Amino acid sequence: MIDTSMYKDDPGYNIQELLDKPYDPELADREYNPQKPMAGRLTDQGPPHYEQFFPEVIKKNYGKWLTHEFVQSGVIKYTSETGDVMWVVRCATPRLITTNLLREIGDIADKFTEGICRWTTRNSLEFHVTDEGTLKDLMEFLNNFKHPGGSYKLPIGGTGAGITNIVHTQGWIHCHTPATDASGMVKSVMDNMFEYWNSHKLPAKLRISMACCLNMCGAVHCSDIALLGIHRKPPFVEDDRITGVCEVPLAIAACPTAAIKPAKVTLPDGKEVKTVRVNEPRCMFCGNCYTMCPAMPLADEEGDGVAILAGGKISNRITQPTFSKLIVPYIPNELPRFQSVCKIVRNIVEAYSKGANKYERLGDWAARVGWERFFEQCQLPFTEKSIDDYRLAYDTYHTTTQFKWSSHTDKLMKEAGY
Amino acid sequence: MHKETHWKHGGIVGVFGYGGGVIGRYSDAPEQFPTIAHFHTLRVNQPASKFYTSRFLRKLCDMWDHRGSGVTNFHGSTGDMILIGTSTDNLEPTFYDLSHQFDMDLGGSGSNLRTPACCMGKARCEYSCLDTQAICYDLTMTYQDELHRPAFPYKFKFKISGCPNDCVAAIARSCTSIIGTWRDNIRIDQKAVQAYIGGEIAPNAGAFSDRDWGTFDIQKEVIDLCPSGCMYMDGNELKIDDRECVRCMHCINVMPNALRPGVDCGATILNGAKAPILEGAQMSTLIIPFIKMEYPYEEFKDFVDLMWDWWMEEGKNRERLGELIQRQGLSHYIVDILGREPIPQHVREPRSNPYPFWKEEEVPGGWKRDLADFRARHLA
Repeated sequence: MIDTSMYKDDPGYNIQELLDKPYDPELADREYNPQKPMAGRLTDQGPPHYEQFFPEVIKKNYGKWLTHEFVQSGVIKYTSETGDVMWVVRCATPRLITTNLLREIGDIADKFTEGICRWTTRNSLEFHVTDEGTLKDLMEFLNNFKHPGGSYKLPIGGTGAGITNIVHTQGWIHCHTPATDASGMVKSVMDNMFEYWNSHKLPAKLRISMACCLNMCGAVHCSDIALLGIHRKPPFVEDDRITGVCEVPLAIAACPTAAIKPAKVTLPDGKEVKTVRVNEPRCMFCGNCYTMCPAMPLADEEGDGVAILAGGKISNRITQPTFSKLIVPYIPNELPRFQSVCKIVRNIVEAYSKGANKYERLGDWAARVGWERFFEQCQLPFTEKSIDDYRLAYDTYHTTTQFKWSSHTDKLMKEAGY
Repeated sequence: MHKETHWKHGGIVGVFGYGGGVIGRYSDAPEQFPTIAHFHTLRVNQPASKFYTSRFLRKLCDMWDHRGSGVTNFHGSTGDMILIGTSTDNLEPTFYDLSHQFDMDLGGSGSNLRTPACCMGKARCEYSCLDTQAICYDLTMTYQDELHRPAFPYKFKFKISGCPNDCVAAIARSCTSIIGTWRDNIRIDQKAVQAYIGGEIAPNAGAFSDRDWGTFDIQKEVIDLCPSGCMYMDGNELKIDDRECVRCMHCINVMPNALRPGVDCGATILNGAKAPILEGAQMSTLIIPFIKMEYPYEEFKDFVDLMWDWWMEEGKNRERLGELIQRQGLSHYIVDILGREPIPQHVREPRSNPYPFWKEEEVPGGWKRDLADFRARHLA
């Protein structure tokens, strides 16, 4: 059992009591007085204690689990040293969830899992059951739980040597700096790779992640395949607005390449204002200036699109955690289904699936066969954009005579007439 | 379709007394879309490892349909439950509802401590060397002030993974990565090892079940892939030279019925991960090889105090801890700030340039020298 004695005095141990009462839509209107915001205010109380949401089988077997087994894709069987057995069914969610779907999830939990469910770090949903009959009924229910168009609402899968749910950011749905549509791209790629969601046929697990601008609030920089929204046009400078909405020195300091310099200009109405000028060839399109200064927007229909990075990982298993590397510098935003992104992801996954050894992550495969062979086998053109010219670029230079002959060197030889 | 976002930049909104937790969001086409003219996001601190009851979810839905858009993220990238879209005048009532009717609180944003996150730990995983939920909950409660009131140079993240598989991506995504590990020996059940060799148990818990990889070969699939080469078969017995083990988890992942982490558990602490903005992505780097993580985590919190005092004193505006470590030097951080002994584990390899910063007190006689005396010995 969990020792929660140290939290016995926590006010955060009253969730059941609170949930016994229905939501009172008028409570805040009655009790909250904007003139006296501290009256009756609860502040700095933190989240409710997690233990209050655990299924009984987890409370009982906390810290006592012995082993686990993937019965099939999306179904994990846990065995405890107490002899207890628990199955977990994992399903995909789109992360962007309405209260309608949340209520349906609550209904499923009530029907099959004593009202309890859990979300994973990668936005999958999990249900816990303790007998095989309920497991079978739950899986049958989920397999028939569909949208009117016929697609699964909560498809089972996402375990073992397959592709897990794509973690992603807000994109055009709800962010001010995105270069692309996060949810649409994720849906398109997941649809396209669905056969790898609900199977265990890859050489190792494969993590695809998506971030809609270089801020990377999705932190995709250590993913097997990272999809990243990028800008390609330098920012505007709104001279007539900038002093009103920005701290100009902060905007200047925000630029990592020192491309932004202070300037004085005369507006059409004759007023002289302090503003900035951008040395455009030095711009690396990171958007950090826009983060600091709303008068320097850089989103652009033609400029924006998607870059793909590959070969990163987080786990310490066999090899060390690794960054993803830029392999496709730009793909236009092809709405609504991002067909080129989907095609490239499929090519990479299929080449990896064919070439890698068992247990070998995508980046370990690329490192073993050589990146020259990676580009060849994934049918990707290599461009100068993949040669680093930013900080620590030297780490990626090829300071050896060891390389492989590939289509790239073949072409050079042919052009040289050798 | 414009292929450009229509959400305006920023807008400072929030609830009284907090400097984070609400992301201001305004439409740049309010006349066309008046109902979402302001459409702010609330980050709500999730219960550790994200278990919920249907009663909670349903009541939350009633609240969010009443106070907001009915749209959510389960969950945001850092781990918060995200309530997407409400108007400015609904922010205080939503916070009042969350705190009074749900015992919930807002999460972090801006230059705050961000909402700590953890893997499922001992709730479900036999690998977990840490009570990840307990640590996550305790740090969240201890540092409520830092979570709600921005006093840092920039964002700061804690993430807690129970083992080096690092399911919560602590090493890639947190300023302080707390990752479970062990000091003693991997526990071996030789009978179960034989069951794997004999094909009675599927390797890697069945994670490769939909492809024919041939019969399991312990030499090829486990021993030869061990990064430190510390395993071998002695007749029918699997042997591990635990002193040489780097605890990568591969053998345990492949044979979970036969191998388990040791029992003398604690955490490895690493510092400084961040996404590429601005100086490039960084992974957390090893700082404390092993620390016991037992309630009330005083040793760990003493370390946090030293780390934060330095970063808050020296960090520039919007400089992450990992960037400060780079700017002022890992050795300075480890030795001068944390007062810890430097060990070979702190680097992948020693530096290859000969330019360490010697301190004056390290050199006999100091740096004050008599030039006349020097020139008396050496003609100019």
